[in-house]
Amino acid sequence: MPKNLYNSDESTLKTPSFITLIKDKSVSFFIDISNVIEYLKTVMKNLFTKTFEFQEFLKQCYQIGNKSVGLISITGIIVGLVLTIQSRPPLVEFGAVAMLPGMVAISIIREMGPVITALICAGKIGSSMGAELGSMRVTEQIDAMEVSNTNPINFLIIPRVLAATVMIPLLTLYADAIGIFGSWLGINIKDNVSLSLFINQAFSQVEFIDVFPAVIKSFFFGAVIGLVGCYKGYNAGRGTESVGIAANSAVVTSSLLLIIVDLIAVQITDLF
Amino acid sequence: MENNSNNVLIEIKDLKKSFGDQKVLDGVNLELLKNENLVVLGKSGSGKSVLIKCIVSLLKHDEGSIKVGEHELTDIDEDALIEVRKKIGFLFQGAALYDSMTVRENLTFALSRLNEKFSEEEINDKIVEALENVGMPDSIDKMPSELSGGMKKRIGLARTLVVNPNIILYDEPTTGLDPITSDEISNLINDTKTKFKNSSIIITHDINCVKTVADRIAMIKDGKVYKVGSLEAFINDEDTYIQSFFK
Repeated sequence: MPKNLYNSDESTLKTPSFITLIKDKSVSFFIDISNVIEYLKTVMKNLFTKTFEFQEFLKQCYQIGNKSVGLISITGIIVGLVLTIQSRPPLVEFGAVAMLPGMVAISIIREMGPVITALICAGKIGSSMGAELGSMRVTEQIDAMEVSNTNPINFLIIPRVLAATVMIPLLTLYADAIGIFGSWLGINIKDNVSLSLFINQAFSQVEFIDVFPAVIKSFFFGAVIGLVGCYKGYNAGRGTESVGIAANSAVVTSSLLLIIVDLIAVQITDLF
Repeated sequence: MENNSNNVLIEIKDLKKSFGDQKVLDGVNLELLKNENLVVLGKSGSGKSVLIKCIVSLLKHDEGSIKVGEHELTDIDEDALIEVRKKIGFLFQGAALYDSMTVRENLTFALSRLNEKFSEEEINDKIVEALENVGMPDSIDKMPSELSGGMKKRIGLARTLVVNPNIILYDEPTTGLDPITSDEISNLINDTKTKFKNSSIIITHDINCVKTVADRIAMIKDGKVYKVGSLEAFINDEDTYIQSFFK
């Protein structure tokens, strides 16, 4: 008589408990992080010992900027708008509505701009790097490159990681500007404030310590996005489903890492 | 063909390669001679592709030795490996064209990776010549996505030929192609050998291709070379395993 496949006594068919699932996921996440750090060592070693592919770097910079600028514009303006609309009523209640431009500008510059830009780019650029390199791995294009005496780390990975590291801060500054513009639009729903007065009020409260750490952390965000996207794509398996897995895990891992890096950055900034 | 040491381009001795517990190559001994087409025949999964990937160090072998010219590949340093790879062209099963580049850029990429520097005009002449050799001069500005499977194989061969290698490794060059295109590719392999006087290892289980291109055949079974010989020797062999390929 055939065994009952749905028999709960069959230990092999048991669904893992919630705790086991969490444990497994956490272990695999930390293994991922240690692999990414190991990969970073390889990238750094190649960065300083091999010829730099400048044309490829410029191409990647253009692609990263071009791919993300539209989405970042829309998101930036909405974030500025929403933040202003939601913050206005409590400030009106305390008679502190004059602080609204400065408060919104500081929140956008310190946190919202860098984090939202990075998360959008993790989805847009990280997944695209994972999928592109994964598909190159599956179709043996990376092997073909190696056989043609081209170091794939040098040609594919370093330009992408550096381009992401350079472009994410620029996109962040752009998102900050757009977000502040969105805030001005938000204020003008209820009040009538000129752009120059708004900018004056906003930036009178913004200090160097608000801008500098945010820009620095966005460099790290860029490096994380580039590195994780490339690592996942470059180490994709051989089947076509690996491409999807690479793209998906590039987004999940880099998003989680971004939040962790942000937490560390906030703690460090808090010391000063 | 005389088999003396001057005539040997690649010498493989007792080559072993495993993936986890699975032994794929278990003591392969093989030689590629000058100006010959050596067909490596065997069932799917018998380790044919692994063998040629070990020859270009895309995969590291576990034991044994691979000698390409004067270079021993076991523990080879990076500079020597570059020299070895310059001598070898590799045609991948799916052609492995860089799909973000046009045909021209694919060929330029291969040329630009050589130590020798060429002027733009020289590069253009070499590309046009390579494409003419494979009968595809009109595809120069096409993207790989615009090409059929057979056309991709031809462009892949042009990309291999443009750097003028001594040895070409073909990984299942006719797999997935219709019989007419398969014949065209097989004839192209022969034409390449005649014109450029190079040697090739052709991995295949397409018997029509074997019959067209083979100077010698090596059959792989259970991770070892089961038999090496001429096409006639294989056709006339009464061994049931060999006959299962040729009947």
